[in-house]
Amino acid sequence: MAAAEAKELQQLPLVLGDKKYDNVTRDIIAPVETFPKKLWWIAFSVALTVFGVHMTAIAVVVGTGLGLLGINNPVGWGTFIINFVFWIGIGHAGTLISAVLYVFRQQWRTAINRSAEAMTIFAVACAGIFPNIHVGRLWFIFWAMPYPNERGVLWPNFRSPLVWDVFAISTYLTISLVFWYAGLVPDFASIRDRIKESDAVQKIRKSVYSVLSLGWVGSTRAWAHYEAMAMILAGLSFPLVLSVHSIVSFDFATSVIPGWHTTIFPPYFVIGAIFSGFGMVLTLLIIMREVFHFQDYITIKHLENMAKVTMLTGSLVGLAYSTEFFMAWYSGSPFEGFAFINRMFGPYWWAYWIMVSCNVITPQLFWFKSIRTNPTLLWIISIFVNIGMWFERYVIVVTSLHRDYLPSSWDMYIMTNWDFAILIGSFGMFFTLFLLFVRVFPAIAIAEIKMVMKSPGAKGFGH
Amino acid sequence: MSPKQPSMERRDFLDSMARRLPVWMFFLSAFSPENLLAQSDSATEPPPGYDPTKHNYAMGVDIHKCIGCGRCADACKNENHVPREPFFYRTWVERYICPPEGDAIVDSPNGGIDGFPEYKGDKEVLRTYFVPKLCNHCENAPCVQVCPVGATFVSRDGVVLVDESYCVGCRYCIQACPYGARYLHPETKTADKCTFCYHRITKGLLPACVEVCPTQTRVFGEAGHRSSPIWRFMRFGNVTVLKAYLNTKPKVYYSGADMEVR
Repeated sequence: MAAAEAKELQQLPLVLGDKKYDNVTRDIIAPVETFPKKLWWIAFSVALTVFGVHMTAIAVVVGTGLGLLGINNPVGWGTFIINFVFWIGIGHAGTLISAVLYVFRQQWRTAINRSAEAMTIFAVACAGIFPNIHVGRLWFIFWAMPYPNERGVLWPNFRSPLVWDVFAISTYLTISLVFWYAGLVPDFASIRDRIKESDAVQKIRKSVYSVLSLGWVGSTRAWAHYEAMAMILAGLSFPLVLSVHSIVSFDFATSVIPGWHTTIFPPYFVIGAIFSGFGMVLTLLIIMREVFHFQDYITIKHLENMAKVTMLTGSLVGLAYSTEFFMAWYSGSPFEGFAFINRMFGPYWWAYWIMVSCNVITPQLFWFKSIRTNPTLLWIISIFVNIGMWFERYVIVVTSLHRDYLPSSWDMYIMTNWDFAILIGSFGMFFTLFLLFVRVFPAIAIAEIKMVMKSPGAKGFGH
Repeated sequence: MSPKQPSMERRDFLDSMARRLPVWMFFLSAFSPENLLAQSDSATEPPPGYDPTKHNYAMGVDIHKCIGCGRCADACKNENHVPREPFFYRTWVERYICPPEGDAIVDSPNGGIDGFPEYKGDKEVLRTYFVPKLCNHCENAPCVQVCPVGATFVSRDGVVLVDESYCVGCRYCIQACPYGARYLHPETKTADKCTFCYHRITKGLLPACVEVCPTQTRVFGEAGHRSSPIWRFMRFGNVTVLKAYLNTKPKVYYSGADMEVR
């Protein structure tokens, strides 16, 4: 059975429709070469407006102070930390697809890695805002960076997980950006070479893409270097898939709050991150392949593979949830036990059950092939995954804090309009960047697609 | 190189850098903590001649003696410019109402400053008592570990302090503290907590809460000094610390605290 399935997977072509190399270039560059249609403009203006709301709300909150937010004394961390963890998590699928699947030579990654990497970078950019605006004195945030200074004893406290975050996230963003850009260079050259300098606009486009493509000519020598570099960068990114969200989880796991202080947090967070990231990749790619007619490149097989990863990681997340309960019982700590019973049946029971139903139960539908090969259903389930993973962070942050060790200080956490504005606004920022990306950059890695497709004319040559 | 071209030898470079030094210093000085310290309240600075290595402060709280008047919390707010609104406390008093079965009911309306209303619940009351709380000044402080910029630290005389000119207000310490002793000060936007009234104890005075306590529930002194009241308290009291299993090594000792006290 397994052998038969493996054979079937081997034989399914990664690019459908009997394409020639020229068709590939034309199809993928088409959105970059044509003027955007009405639909794009509508989407972009909505996203840009929400982004504007985001920036305005941030300016007001930073200018006025954190009292505008719903945080209070037991719940000192609120939506900003939730959003930070959520967005960082989203990024992980991009790195997994671009680095881990590359190292394991999973060739189906070629159709999705470009947009998944773009998603990573935009998600990390969204995430990066939150720990900064979350502090009371944003204007001193650079004190968390170690640099030679004249401030005497003031130096970052290297025992603090927040300082580890500074390194983890800046490294992650840098490596992801370099890897993404390096992969784009041959494709920028393809766009550059196709531009006919008919008018001033085209001349500007040509010069911009010339600069971006770094004088790429596609010589064999250049390709040899390119391949070596891609493998090195993939090797550098590989550990980041594991390390970044582990370090984010240390923010919680190193403090002694019941519900946070558990050793399962690093793998639990990493799996959750990959799960949420694949949810977001599915959300974005299913729309993109419909709008830009990329069905021959992002095939049902690609979607199905992603659905399988989502199902696996969703089940692992479910395992992590139950392990947490087991450990709370097995440790014998009444505080741990209370924290988890309170999650399930306390005042935030609804958040807990949204989390469980979206993250654990919904992905189980992917056991059915008819569901995981249906793009519409896939898209709907991916939205549930996104919602569920936001609520996972909400449950972790809020339920552990609102009933801490001291019953006299217990309080409820209620999000204010500012919390909502900045939460929704971050989606505006993300979609603004992504919409710009699909119009300016080739959204599928052209050169890599050509490497995995059947050579035109070479009958029987596999991928 | 022709002689007319402008040269940038090592000597020229150093020279030009040296001439620009005042400009650099001007910009850097805008961010220097000396500037910020000059603006900040220097009331917590110990007096000249004070040697922190010669002290090791500790506090004792005798639960049997506390009558829940809340004068300590009130005095603390007055002494330390703690905002008057509820939620902001450096010290507060909790009331434990223990029914014969099940968990204790714990409350602390306005930190106990306005007294405690009569218990009107439907549970039978076995016993009640008050527990004054404050920063435990842990030797192994969870808050100190997590501060990203090193703004909170254990001083050499055993007091956990926050340097408000360095604190960026990330609230990590507030979350990390298992005793709920910290809050974000709405005016300075930095973490704030009990300092054992550091500005008073370094001058040989008692903390404000100890000074006003009418029943001598709170005892303050030097741990390890036989002449200090805390020595007698620890010698004769049934002393424990809060959440000993977290290994934070607190320096606030409770006498008469039972397992209900959290």
